[in-house]
Amino acid sequence: MTISKDQLIDFIYDEVRMLDEGRYDEWLALWLKDGHYWMPLDYKQTDPFSVTSLMYEDLFMLKLRVERLNGARTFSQKPKSRCHHVIQRPFVDAMDEAAGTYVTTTFMHYVETRLDEQTLLALTARHELALVDGALRIANKRVDILNCDAAFRNIQLLP
Amino acid sequence: MGRYAQNPAAIKALHRGYEVHRDVYIDQELYQLEMRHLFANAWVFVGHESQTPEKGDYFSTQVGDQPVIQVRHSDGEVHVLFNRCPHKGTKIVIDRAGNTGKFFRCPYHAWSFKTDGCLLAIPLKKGYENTGFENSDSAKGMRAVGAVKNYRGFIFCRLAETGISFEEFFGGSLSSIDNMVDRSPAGRLEVAGPPLRYLHHCNWKMLVENQTDTCHPMVAHESSAGTAVKLWKELDMPEGTPLPPAMEIIAPFTSPYEFFEKMGIRTWPNGHGHTGVHHSIHSNYSEIPGYMDKMVESYGEEKAKAILGENRHNTVYFPNIMIKGPIQQLRVFIPLAADRTIVESYIYRLVDGPEELTARTAMYNRMINAPTSIVGHDDLEMYERAQEGLHVNGLEWVNIQRLYEPGEDFSHEAVENGTTERQMRNQFDAWVKFMTCDMDGVQEAAE
Repeated sequence: MTISKDQLIDFIYDEVRMLDEGRYDEWLALWLKDGHYWMPLDYKQTDPFSVTSLMYEDLFMLKLRVERLNGARTFSQKPKSRCHHVIQRPFVDAMDEAAGTYVTTTFMHYVETRLDEQTLLALTARHELALVDGALRIANKRVDILNCDAAFRNIQLLP
Repeated sequence: MGRYAQNPAAIKALHRGYEVHRDVYIDQELYQLEMRHLFANAWVFVGHESQTPEKGDYFSTQVGDQPVIQVRHSDGEVHVLFNRCPHKGTKIVIDRAGNTGKFFRCPYHAWSFKTDGCLLAIPLKKGYENTGFENSDSAKGMRAVGAVKNYRGFIFCRLAETGISFEEFFGGSLSSIDNMVDRSPAGRLEVAGPPLRYLHHCNWKMLVENQTDTCHPMVAHESSAGTAVKLWKELDMPEGTPLPPAMEIIAPFTSPYEFFEKMGIRTWPNGHGHTGVHHSIHSNYSEIPGYMDKMVESYGEEKAKAILGENRHNTVYFPNIMIKGPIQQLRVFIPLAADRTIVESYIYRLVDGPEELTARTAMYNRMINAPTSIVGHDDLEMYERAQEGLHVNGLEWVNIQRLYEPGEDFSHEAVENGTTERQMRNQFDAWVKFMTCDMDGVQEAAE
């Protein structure tokens, strides 16, 4: 099976739609078991381990994050936050047919809101994708925030 | 003219021992007086010396509402200068950190200053001849803070020219910084990367109080820590499977009241105190292979065991920082307004220590204290609800009475049940002291 450029691009569009519509179980199912969601704190950060990041989460932590959003006593999600992505057409940076691995870069604006507050973040998302059992999966996702060094309010959902 | 300026009696009346008036959190005049008096008279954290390791290195921050520069002078000493050109007020540096070489140069009219603040040169200096300029404050150069202390790498300053000494202000509380630094086999820490920066729409003191509030984790953090424990159980791992680091960090937040009662709280004079006298949520982290050996090599077995046997939870250094010795974390609560606070959360690496410990600390920092954290959100939610709720009229006092004893004396060290709110009362005792100690008429009011 081969993957076309369009299929890669559609995958990225589908992923952000799942996040915007809160379809988290479907979203978690996109991930490979050993994947990591990384949101660096520093501009062009190269090390996720020995300095602080905004997020560096394995699948267990991502599940916890999703589970918590729906918890009966998650006070900071009463009422719930909502989010919205506006994305540019993803760039396909690498396609390795033999290995079944792909890399995309996507520029996007991310809006998160709760009660009277709304936050706008400009993001660059880098996806490492892999073809496993005939389906595309997220191997790793890195999200760089343009103003990563600013003081933020809450970012409760998943950019 | 407000109600509280130069009115020490009115300020004292805001703290009744077991409760405080809401104005300490919501009144903008009191915020301004805090900046003018409390943050000037107390010793306040500036930065770590490893943020300015080389001559000419600077780091800009603020002490209360005062913009300052921490800079390494040509003699190797760290100085703290106000970030204001003595000419027209322009901030001398605007980036958070950098190297200025041998002197600062104002970008507006090119006045230049040595890195200890002394005026070096002014273009067209002839224009000031016979003007009396040499008698002006501007001719003295960039103003320095009243006093600076480098304590084991941590830079503190007192803005006021005169006042309490560093040693008297902190007293026995310095043992928490000692323990944090001693955990390095070399006896030194280095800052690890930039801090998390999280904006809260609440008063800075709510954050400080929460550091020794041991009755909230099992309630406010049930959604994160409780869910984590539940998810881990559902994975149904074989008996004896070691907890992954994330679980080691988050699970203790659901410990029962009894755990927190028994951990103990210690208070020191001038508003300092810590939770975790006997044990803490940091007690049961797994050992890192080889670390103990290095510590024994540096300190000998007995002392190494004593250093690592200390598991203090949160130490509050009044007025506005908290450190976690066992994981080398420091959080500074920077007051922007009565209802605005920026929290900066720093981590440090142990020089000659294992990198695994830095990784654990970085994980703790992002999991618990980031704007993206699943734990910090629930704290922020509580503070901000309080910031709004406190405006209710007819119920104007905030209760801090748990395990209160009439006539409490904060002038000596004390160790008590871990769920006491004594440390919050201790902070307000110090708050009144440093708010009023340089006000007109305070002597009369004290009599």
